Parts: sequence; C-alpha cells; structure tokens
Amino acid sequence: MSTWLGMPPFPEAAREALGDSQLRANLRAATGTIRAKRAAVVAERDDWEQLREAGRAIKDRALHDLDTYLVQLEHRVTEAGGVVHWARDADEANGIVAGLVRAAGASEVVKVKSMATQEIGLNEALAAAGITALETDLAELIVQLGHDRPSHILVPAIHRNRAQIRDLFRREMPGVDPELTDDPVALAAAARAHLRRAFLSARVAVSGANFAVAETGALVVVESEGNGRMCLTLPEVLISVVGIEKVIPTAADLAVMLQLLPRSATGERMNPYTSVWRGTTPGDGPREFHLVLLDNGRTTALADDIGREALRCIRCSACLNVCPVYERVGGHAYGSVYPGPIGAILTPQLRGPDPVADSLPYASTLCGACLDVCPVKIDIPRALVHLRGKVTHPPRERAIMRAAAWVLGSSSRFAAVRRVTALGTRLACWLPGPWRRWTQARDLPAPAEESFREWWDGRA
Amino acid sequence: MRVGLFLTCLNDTLFPAAGKAVVQVLERLGHEVVFPRAQTCCGQAHFNTGYRRECGPLARKFVRDFAGLDHVVSPSASCVAMVRENYRDLVGESPPVYEFTEFLVDVLGVTDVGAAFPHRVAYHPTCHGLRLLDLGDRPTTLLRAVRGLRLIDLPDAKHCCGFGGTFALKNADTSVAMGTDKARAVLGTGAEVLAAVDNSCLMHIGGLLTRWRSGTRVLHVAEILAGT
Repeated sequence: MSTWLGMPPFPEAAREALGDSQLRANLRAATGTIRAKRAAVVAERDDWEQLREAGRAIKDRALHDLDTYLVQLEHRVTEAGGVVHWARDADEANGIVAGLVRAAGASEVVKVKSMATQEIGLNEALAAAGITALETDLAELIVQLGHDRPSHILVPAIHRNRAQIRDLFRREMPGVDPELTDDPVALAAAARAHLRRAFLSARVAVSGANFAVAETGALVVVESEGNGRMCLTLPEVLISVVGIEKVIPTAADLAVMLQLLPRSATGERMNPYTSVWRGTTPGDGPREFHLVLLDNGRTTALADDIGREALRCIRCSACLNVCPVYERVGGHAYGSVYPGPIGAILTPQLRGPDPVADSLPYASTLCGACLDVCPVKIDIPRALVHLRGKVTHPPRERAIMRAAAWVLGSSSRFAAVRRVTALGTRLACWLPGPWRRWTQARDLPAPAEESFREWWDGRA
Repeated sequence: MRVGLFLTCLNDTLFPAAGKAVVQVLERLGHEVVFPRAQTCCGQAHFNTGYRRECGPLARKFVRDFAGLDHVVSPSASCVAMVRENYRDLVGESPPVYEFTEFLVDVLGVTDVGAAFPHRVAYHPTCHGLRLLDLGDRPTTLLRAVRGLRLIDLPDAKHCCGFGGTFALKNADTSVAMGTDKARAVLGTGAEVLAAVDNSCLMHIGGLLTRWRSGTRVLHVAEILAGT
C-alpha cells in the first residue's frame, strides 16, 4: 500500500491540522450535513437493523469462502468475454494496468472514482510510465487539480469549501471563465465542460467497483454524477481494479447492499447512477474488459480473526462522518487514502508496521459512534483495541504500564502509591513527561481531604 | 440486599466522594454495602491501550476480590463495561457488575432516591455508558426526581468529550480540542453543575472548566443523588 511519504505519526499530524480553523469549519459543516441526512433516511426504515445484520452476514459469507467465490467470479467474467488478472500487491497491479494501457496504444486514461487505485498509487505509477490519468469524479478532479490528497473516502475534497474550489478552478482549469463564481451550478458546469472533451476522446477507462457478483460475474459501480457511466460505456477498453474483498456471492445480495450503501454514504434512498455490467457486449460499450483482482495485504488481514472484520467495509464513510476525532482533524492526518475510524483499522493491516500505521489504532477515544452507524456492523472499537495489542509499544510507555500493573496487582502497593498521589497531583504541573500533556491545558483535581478508605474505616 | 462496592482505582485515588455517595444512597434505601478491601483496578487502561497480557492478572484479581457477591455496584460506566464486555474472553467468567444508576433503576426498581439538589444541572452521557451499557434515560430519570434540580439540555450531548483513557495523553491536542467543544457547550447552557456517571470524563471536562475559571462544577450523578 502506498505510503504518503514524509507524513508524521497521527498525533503530530493532528496537532498541525487542529491549527487550521478554516479546515475545522469546513469539516464541521460538511460532516454535520451528511450526518443529519443519513440519520433522516435511516430512520425511515423500521427494518434497518435487519438490513445491517443481512449486510454483515453477506460479507462474512463471502469472506469465509473467498477462495471459492473468487474463482467462480473469474469463470463468470471470462465466460462473459472479460479477462481476469491477479495482482499480489500494488506494484503488480500497477504493472498490469500500465501494460494494458500501452497495449491499447493509449497515453491517456479517464478514471472513475476508485479507492483501490488510490490505495496502490496508480496515477503516479501511470505517470512514471508516460500515461496521463484524468480523474472524472468532481471531488477527485478538485483534488487532482490542486495537487492535493484526498481527505475523505466518499467526499475526497471535503476539506475545501466553494470559494477555495472556485479559486482552484480559475487557477488550474484550462480555458475556464476567469469570472467564474462559487455558485455550485457554475462550478459543476465548468467541470462538466472540462471533462466532456476527455470522455469523448479517451480510448481507455480505469475504474474500481463497489461490488463484484460471483454468481453472475457482474461488476457494480455506484455513483452520483454520471461521470462513471461515461467512463464505463464510452472508451474502447475498460480496466477495473477491484480489491478481492469486494466479491459478494449472489445477485440477490445486491438487493441488500444497494439499500445499505447510499443511505449510509450520501444519506440518499438511492444514488443517481448504478452501473452493472458483465464482460463485454458486442456493439455496446467497451470492446475489451479487464478485471484486476487486488490482494495488497487483504489476505493478511483475512488471516486475523478480529482484524478481518475490516474487510466487510463497503466504503460508505458513515464512520468518518460521525467520528469526533475525524471531525476535528480531517483526513490528511491519517497519512493514508483510508482515513477515519475504518482507516485506523484498515491501514495498519494493509500496510504493515511503520510509525504512522502504528499510531493509527490510537487515533480514537473508543467512543463507539462508528459501530453504531456501520452498515455491515464492523466492531471498529474492538478491532482498534486488538490492533493496539499488536504494535510495538514505545519502551518508556511499556515500562510505565508494566510498573502500573505491578502496583495495581496488590492492594498494599496500591495504597502506598495512593498516599503519594495526593502530593503528586499538586506537583504535576511542574513535572516533565506525559503528565505535562495533561496539565498544559487541563487542571488536575484537588486531592480530597479524606480518602474513601479512611472514611469507610471511620464509620465502623 | 447485600451489595459489593467496586470503587475503581481512579475514584479510590482522586474521587472518594463518588464512593461515599454510592454507599450513602444504598444505605438510605435500606441495603447493606460491603467494600472488599483488596480491590484495586479492573484493568481497563491496560486492556484498551493494548496491554492485554498485563491486564490478565488484574482481571483475575478482580474476580477473586469480588467472589461470592451477587451484586457488585460501581460509580463508573466504563469500568463496568470493561468487566461486562471483556472478562468472559479474558478470564472465562463475567462477575455480576452493575453501573450505579442501572442498579438503582433495573435491580432495585427505584427512580426517586429522595434527594434534594436545588441547582441547574446539565447531564453528559459518557460514551461507554451510552453505547456499551445502553444506560439510556436511567441517569436522567433519577436526576429529574431530585427535589429542586433543574435539568438543562446539553447540545450535542452524545458527542464524545475527548477523554478516551490514554488518548487524553497520547493525543493530547485532539483530546483538548474535543474537550473544549464539550466544555463550551456546557457553559452555553448556563448550568451550574455538569453531571455524569464517569469521573474520568468529568476529570477531563472539569480540568478545562477550572483552568478557564468558569465557576461551573462537575459532579458524579451519585453525589447529586446523595444530597438531601
């Protein structure tokens, strides 16, 4: 999984983000709006809890027999005229896609919004191979034009407001009206004009997929803008890069997932465009279809009996929108294309240990708001605690925690420490070390005159 | 009824008043409270910070210390949640622990403890009480029955205060940013007192409120229910 080079661990990245008052205002407004929309459409369904349970069961069944379903998917896609490629990691996947684009004689591709291709750094890999990738999702286009990074799974430019986007379009979009306003209709029209030329000339499109149906070989893309439909139907060659956990067993399962996803993601009963296709169809749509099935750490996560729950994720972002930590610091602080609570359990598993990945399971208060809204019931707090147990703890912290466990292991040792704590809380504001992190902004309580045990003994 | 008190290490060290209040309310209602003196800590901080191995002996000690009691009551929702959610997996058994307001309403069937507290009070539903124990309106039902108490709605009450155990130290800046929003919401209500069922969260919010010289106090719900 591609690393955002130069990113510090979460606490430092978060500190920097917290200083950006415009960012916090943008995030508060945007997440607040999506939270309210989601809550309203979820409340319409009195069977929402049954739907969530069905969604969980479908994803668990798919993951339990993933080997069978993937091979079934490969057969069905092949029968329908598609070609299936297997990619162990990002390098293999990027190599396959670059080779296919070159074989098609193209030097430019149009892209449908896709987390998998962000995860493997496909655009950068294609650029290195002399191929230009154009993001056609409006928010991804904003990120691309700004030489920026996505900060949300569903709304990658959530950290920008309309005025910032207007300025960006005026500066970076070729041929744009220099008098462009920040009216959403005007901004969308400018993007539409910019993209239309590319849709009509591109010979190769690259997409991801929200679901892959093993039973039928169908791929499914769920979107709002119609740019995806353009990419999936106009070019001659379509390449879809899909994580192996996207497979679901049957077409009937889609009925459940397509009720869960839009409500959880954009707070809509149904999204505007849902594209479903199988292989190729003579005289209609792409002449060539390639499916690149991506592992890139997923089988490692699958082997972890608690961590594997993260593979149920359908990338709706509901957990980001309710997360009080995400709302304060935004997505960039997570140093990964998968921010927020789901990113905090997905990134360390896909990427393996490094200082950023090790800091992510701690980027949560374990408040549990994410579990409440997850449409496939991923127990994110439980997975966070589990992953905290797998990181290499800093030596000083380990020593403190072991000493604390030793003290608490005996009531007489604990009593001795309690007696000095009364003094300790008075001194704490002058003490160095971890306590300083508390007292910089917060007082410690004044010690009580009489301990509970003294009081209890005095009553007898 | 004979009831064991699980004070918790934090209350034992810094907030003895919460323990005293639990004893006073239960005795006033005619129950016998026992305090196993060997008790120390449920191991929550170790477990949640990723020190599961160090947590094991503490969990086994807890089970030994409270053996033979049919009802163990604690003035900490998050410590009760720790025992209830994780002990079966950690040590193979789950002692019969109850959060204080949950015990009053569900086990004793009491919603009016005969308290008086003539102040404006805002209630913050702490995350583990809200989402792990599903305390719902039990604490506020008890508070509403207190003579003279005016319960004031806290905006965005269900948003986390940012304490989060070791999160408050490991991610101190984010923790303080969240706590600041919570403390501002409290001040905006004009309440004289912020109440909750977890002194850990109150230590965090209260630490900001006193640093700001705001004059708004924090109190455990049990302390309000003990007032006459």
